[in-house]
Amino acid sequence: MHKFANPTKFMKVANALFPVFCIGFIGLLSAGLYYSLLNSPEDYQQGHTVRIMYVHVPAAYMAVMIYAVMASCAASSLIWKHPLADLIARSSAPIGAAFTFLCLASGAFWGKPMWGTWWVWDARLTSVLIMFFLYMGYIALLNAFDDPQRGVKPAAILALVGVVNLPIIKFSVDWWNTLHQPASIIRLDGPTIDGGMLTPLYIMMGAFTLFYLMLLVIRLRAEFAAARIRTIRILGEG
Amino acid sequence: MFKAFLSLLKRDLVMGFRQSTDLYMILVFFVIAAALFPLGVGPDPAVLGRIASGVVWVLALLSILLSLDRIFAHDYEDGSLEVMLLGPQPFIILALAKTLAHWLSATLPLVILAPVIAIMLNMDMSGIPALMYGLLLGTPTLSLIGAVGAALALGARRAGLLMALLVLPLFIPVLIFGVTVIDAALNSFSIRPHLLILAALLAAAIPLAPWAAAAAVRQAVTNK
Repeated sequence: MHKFANPTKFMKVANALFPVFCIGFIGLLSAGLYYSLLNSPEDYQQGHTVRIMYVHVPAAYMAVMIYAVMASCAASSLIWKHPLADLIARSSAPIGAAFTFLCLASGAFWGKPMWGTWWVWDARLTSVLIMFFLYMGYIALLNAFDDPQRGVKPAAILALVGVVNLPIIKFSVDWWNTLHQPASIIRLDGPTIDGGMLTPLYIMMGAFTLFYLMLLVIRLRAEFAAARIRTIRILGEG
Repeated sequence: MFKAFLSLLKRDLVMGFRQSTDLYMILVFFVIAAALFPLGVGPDPAVLGRIASGVVWVLALLSILLSLDRIFAHDYEDGSLEVMLLGPQPFIILALAKTLAHWLSATLPLVILAPVIAIMLNMDMSGIPALMYGLLLGTPTLSLIGAVGAALALGARRAGLLMALLVLPLFIPVLIFGVTVIDAALNSFSIRPHLLILAALLAAAIPLAPWAAAAAVRQAVTNK
């Protein structure tokens, strides 16, 4: 693992994989959209509204997974001081925040026709909202100092503190009797969703993951370019 | 190590009470903000009684937020924190002492004042003991989480605003269970399970929060 902590090596691999991510994303997204919008069964109660799930669930999964990526990068940047881990955490945060927002918004659009309300203060919804605030706090803390490098460590510590929220999000539907339905994919006794709905859901999850990786590579390139410009400026002034 | 803990606790308490104007201002904020609610939602006793538990808790939370800069900011500015970090004691112990001092000097007065506010807002008498138990178990957790936020925001631009953004989301669990304690008491259910959850949050925060705060202070001082 440490071998790839070298930014040049890492970017070499990342740049090589970038076309794979792009093509994979476009392919999976078109397949996923076809299945989820046209070729999947309607729910016997929800009708077509169930199709919101194909955006909502992958977005929720991405929001949690990106937070986990961010937190593990924060941990490795605190422990091994990998500069690359900082950059990955920093580049992931806005993407994760956007997915969290997408999850909350799509949930609200689904909730209005199904629950009759845009929002309820249920444990799952509240804990995801807290995660959105944690993303915001992370980004704010990162940019709160005059010296851009100064915010890296406090933000990493905040990201680690926020990890307590992840199990709360996962188990909120089991611990509290909530309006949000309990886990139906990652369960000990297997998924409780019909196969016809499960396939498009998995495809969409794959598409979202590749989309994240694609954006991550683009953002990392931008970070490296910014660092290079900073160096050139300093050298030019000196 | 225990001696260092006690002497730092004593020092912070003495300093806290000597700068008691800060303390008065926080208490006055607590009362004034509470007085805004009857004016805002109307003086109907039934409405006030129903929202009293939430209002007292939220105001206690905001008042604690206002006092958080007392934990580390002064010592950061005058360099005392550097001396403490250079000392032989683990800074985690010192961070815990500073947090305890903050709780005793800035938060305990709020807890003592809280029933008065609750009665002014027409909370039912059966909820008052629940409010006190909840605050006594919940506010130390708030101080501990607040210490992490205060340490993270050291040296930042607009540290106060940033602290609110960092700390308020983490305060939410304590708020939720603090208010359910009162609701349980008002509806004559057992308050024990909710108090146990508050105690569990405190038990998790005591070892974890000073550790995070110490890490944040150390990097703030070394990058000053």
